[in-house]
Amino acid sequence: MNSFTYTRATAVEAAVREKAADDGVKFIAGGTNLLDLIKENVERPTRLVDLNHLPLTAIEAAPDGGLRLGALATNADTAWHEQVQKRYPLLNQAILAGASPQLRNMATNGGNLFQRTRCYYFYDTATPCNKREPGSGCSAIGGYNRIHAILGTSDSCIATHPSDMCIALAALNATLQVTGKNGERTVKFEDFHRLPGNQPELDNTLAPDEVVTAIDLPNEDFSRHFSYLKLRDRQSYAFALVSVAAALQLDGNTIKDARLALGGVAHKPWRDQQAEDLLKGQPATEETFRRAAAAVVENAQGYGHNTFKIELAKRAIVRALKQAAEGTQHAADIFTNSNP
Amino acid sequence: MSMTNHIGKPLNRVDGPAKVTGGAKYAAEFNVPNLAYGVAVSSSIAKGRIRKIHADEILAIPGVLQVFSHENVPSLAWFDRSYKDDVAPGGSPFRPLQGAEVKYSMQPVALVVAETFELARYASGLLRIDYDVEKHDTDLETKRDDGFEPGRGKTGWVPPPKPRGNPDKELRNATHRVEAEYIHLAQHHNPMEMFASTVEFLGDKKLTVYDKTQGAFNSQQYIMKVFGLNKDEAHVISKFTGGGFGSGLRPQYQLFMAVLAALELKRSVRVSLTRQQMFSMGHRPHTLQYVELGTNPDGSLAALHHHALHETSQYEDYTENVVNWSGMLYQCDNVKLTYQLAKIDVATPQDMRAPGAATGSFALECAMDEMAYAAGIDPLEFRLRNYAERDQNANKDFSSKKLRECYHEGAAKFGWDKRTAEPGSMRDGDLLVGWGVATGVWDASIQKCAAKATLTADGHLTVLSGSNDIGTGTYTIMTQIAAETLGLPMAAVTFQLGDTTMPEAPLQGGSWTAASVGNAVKQVCDKLGEQLLKLAQKMEGQPLKGASYEDVQFVNGQIRLNSDITQAVVIRDILAANGEEKLEAENTMMPNPVNQLKNSLHAHNAVFVEVKIDPELGTLRVTRVVNAVAAGRILNPKTARSQVLGSVVWGISMALMEESVMDHGFGRYINHNYSEYHIPVSADIHDIDVIFVEEEDDKVNPLGIKGIGEVGLLGVAAAVANAAYHATGKRIRNLPVSIEKLML
Repeated sequence: MNSFTYTRATAVEAAVREKAADDGVKFIAGGTNLLDLIKENVERPTRLVDLNHLPLTAIEAAPDGGLRLGALATNADTAWHEQVQKRYPLLNQAILAGASPQLRNMATNGGNLFQRTRCYYFYDTATPCNKREPGSGCSAIGGYNRIHAILGTSDSCIATHPSDMCIALAALNATLQVTGKNGERTVKFEDFHRLPGNQPELDNTLAPDEVVTAIDLPNEDFSRHFSYLKLRDRQSYAFALVSVAAALQLDGNTIKDARLALGGVAHKPWRDQQAEDLLKGQPATEETFRRAAAAVVENAQGYGHNTFKIELAKRAIVRALKQAAEGTQHAADIFTNSNP
Repeated sequence: MSMTNHIGKPLNRVDGPAKVTGGAKYAAEFNVPNLAYGVAVSSSIAKGRIRKIHADEILAIPGVLQVFSHENVPSLAWFDRSYKDDVAPGGSPFRPLQGAEVKYSMQPVALVVAETFELARYASGLLRIDYDVEKHDTDLETKRDDGFEPGRGKTGWVPPPKPRGNPDKELRNATHRVEAEYIHLAQHHNPMEMFASTVEFLGDKKLTVYDKTQGAFNSQQYIMKVFGLNKDEAHVISKFTGGGFGSGLRPQYQLFMAVLAALELKRSVRVSLTRQQMFSMGHRPHTLQYVELGTNPDGSLAALHHHALHETSQYEDYTENVVNWSGMLYQCDNVKLTYQLAKIDVATPQDMRAPGAATGSFALECAMDEMAYAAGIDPLEFRLRNYAERDQNANKDFSSKKLRECYHEGAAKFGWDKRTAEPGSMRDGDLLVGWGVATGVWDASIQKCAAKATLTADGHLTVLSGSNDIGTGTYTIMTQIAAETLGLPMAAVTFQLGDTTMPEAPLQGGSWTAASVGNAVKQVCDKLGEQLLKLAQKMEGQPLKGASYEDVQFVNGQIRLNSDITQAVVIRDILAANGEEKLEAENTMMPNPVNQLKNSLHAHNAVFVEVKIDPELGTLRVTRVVNAVAAGRILNPKTARSQVLGSVVWGISMALMEESVMDHGFGRYINHNYSEYHIPVSADIHDIDVIFVEEEDDKVNPLGIKGIGEVGLLGVAAAVANAAYHATGKRIRNLPVSIEKLML
């Protein structure tokens, strides 16, 4: 373990000040990812500022009638919160598809947003990685890239974003409440994570001194027709090869509104609003779903070992939309997300 | 009614309470005074030479005690034989920290020792090493034409038998013929407990070593030879081992490192490896197999050819029995079995649960399924039709073989008769259902083993044998055997193991521990029983006068006459009545050479698997497994069942998940952590039924034990792949059966 100092933040403003003053500072909440990264010598913070004692654990009504999830509420408390289960079951399903019960008990909502990729090369300091060491090269391109991205990649990085929770947040049109040295601001979820471009070391668009204080879920109802379909190498405790968050509002068999986001395929939660537009106003049929699925992967690029993800993503989108339309998420669950 | 018949009862583990309360201490948990901590540094390159280790930079950090590497390690044993352990393969064993040469990626190249573990780890992360990199070669696929037949292999390796009959001609003439290649990548053992050694420095060269190993004596011999220690100086203790699966058969490098540092620093030292470093050692080798089968018009096997090529390191020729089983599992008069190695830049492979057989049975049993389909015969019926009544490799009768019963009982429990043959013909809603069968055979071995038994005046029996319990239940079954032999309740008996001051036992491996230690315990307890009887016969008014050992029984805490069980002496009273504080017996059990040579000694199993597959998404679940095992006498159905359950889970893991993926650009296993080297979680495991078929065998060894640590794994991966074929019509011959291979 590397030497570092540890302080406990007592107020959000104090945390922001500490971070702004020293770029060796890392915030720590649940620590479920950061501690691994420190042990592997991927992250070497000189100061840890512990956010756990900030008053950000509440899950409460948001000003617009939606739901505000405190950044320090745990993933477990969030998934099982009565309002989340009732109004945002897609989020409940996505969170429960991730990690393990033990990890979800530790992991916080804020921390989940800052999870780093699980690319093998990112974790192995014996190999070059542009995300870990800018300019050193990408080992996954031309290397073993079975778990890597097919959408929005760049020549410098094909890593994927690992979260399940964030895929649902993208689909649900969440917004983030952020505090920095210049005060508070709101960030649209889709503007938070970024594509790698030529700066893959940056996972998101926050300024270095900013801290996420809450996640707001809008006052919308996708509680009847939704699906979080996660495909992976084992039934639990594995990151998605491909995951799909699908949510629909139906009028009879006509799609009034649609949300579609993918995990395991890109450097960020991959929401595709053009594909959503192809769904809106259309009958909820397999043909419609196929059209949307084809649109999502239209510009997808495989790198060899991960090329199967293009076809898998298409099929997963169709399946998830079907499940959403039929309202069979829980029945389908038996096979795809958990066991009987 | 006897209360002291313990053998065959499903008793709880005697060491269970210690394990769940923290009372069972593992190698890294002995907190001896004044302990220093060592962290191994792994090579970042796959091949080359170390030019410079910048030790001075981290030695400047207060609390860092030493950096050991080839640059400063003292001169140790010179000859290769000093580094050879009990199961070392041919070649020159790897000598940690004794040369600038890097032979494989993640090779240990330095040991950083510091006052605390945290400091050692921190400093090890800062250690700069300059290498001269050379071009490495890690791809077995490019070595198909570079295979060679190994010379003398390691203990237990048997070269394939010479071809019999005329396999080439009969394959050409066969009515139906199949041929295919089967592949799996390297797999790493990954027992839950990482390798660790705590070495307590007791002055001069005297050490007590707490080691994670499958054989305390093997570790002792190794450090004696390498460091020039005598037995007293090299006291090795290993009472609990958190899984081994073969990875602990050879001394691992942390043992060398911890002993080296302790002797050099004259201080107690612990070295424990990280999970990532569990990929820096032996493994099941990447293997390419080719199987060709042909049938006669009646569905009997006309000919069989099984070829295997697997990797070994540049410095040792690791061997395992991959193809031999194919010459004995089925009746076939025309057989060709060939076996080759190819050298690449990796660590020497190492025995991993059912070494060779797990690999060979995967290929053979998939090929048998393909052959059955080609010949239009039900896969189970096809196996029964080609049932081997004799071991044709050795031209010997089996001491016992109840494989037919395994097939019948397994099939009945599974409901095999309801199977429809056509691939894709069975469904559960939108899911495709597949049923597959496979089978396996494994050696029923026994090794020389010593034991000591002591009965104290309070009536307590203590039996010692320096074996190991790698989680299999050795403590429990040995207590059962000892207690039953001397007619004592379980609570009156303590069995101890894992200490080189105890009578010597073989490595725990090869499924031979139950038979070897079990028969040794039985013999030594009989020896003690004979002494007890003599002592009893000295007691005043006792009713056993003139009785021989065969005339009496030890039951319910008494010695009593077979002819009249009311005539008895209470065992507890015997020592006191004779004024003895304790009674001891020591003995070395030698396997009966006649029975060992005369018969073919093997355990068998038959596995039935159900899979359900979503054909669109390529997701597969193993929803049901029935594993019927014929392995002689089952000492404890509960611990035995647990072993077979573990084997089935392992087999599912092998079929669906496990692969150590080599990035050939770096010559490095790139998924070297638990996050990306997948093994099943509970949610992946559904119904598993274990059947132990009754099999009495008085030839295999006196207690009729065959061992069940490995046989249960055999055929599981093949049965899963065969079931996947039955569900989908798609043959997957390249493990693991992952989502992209199943997407139809």
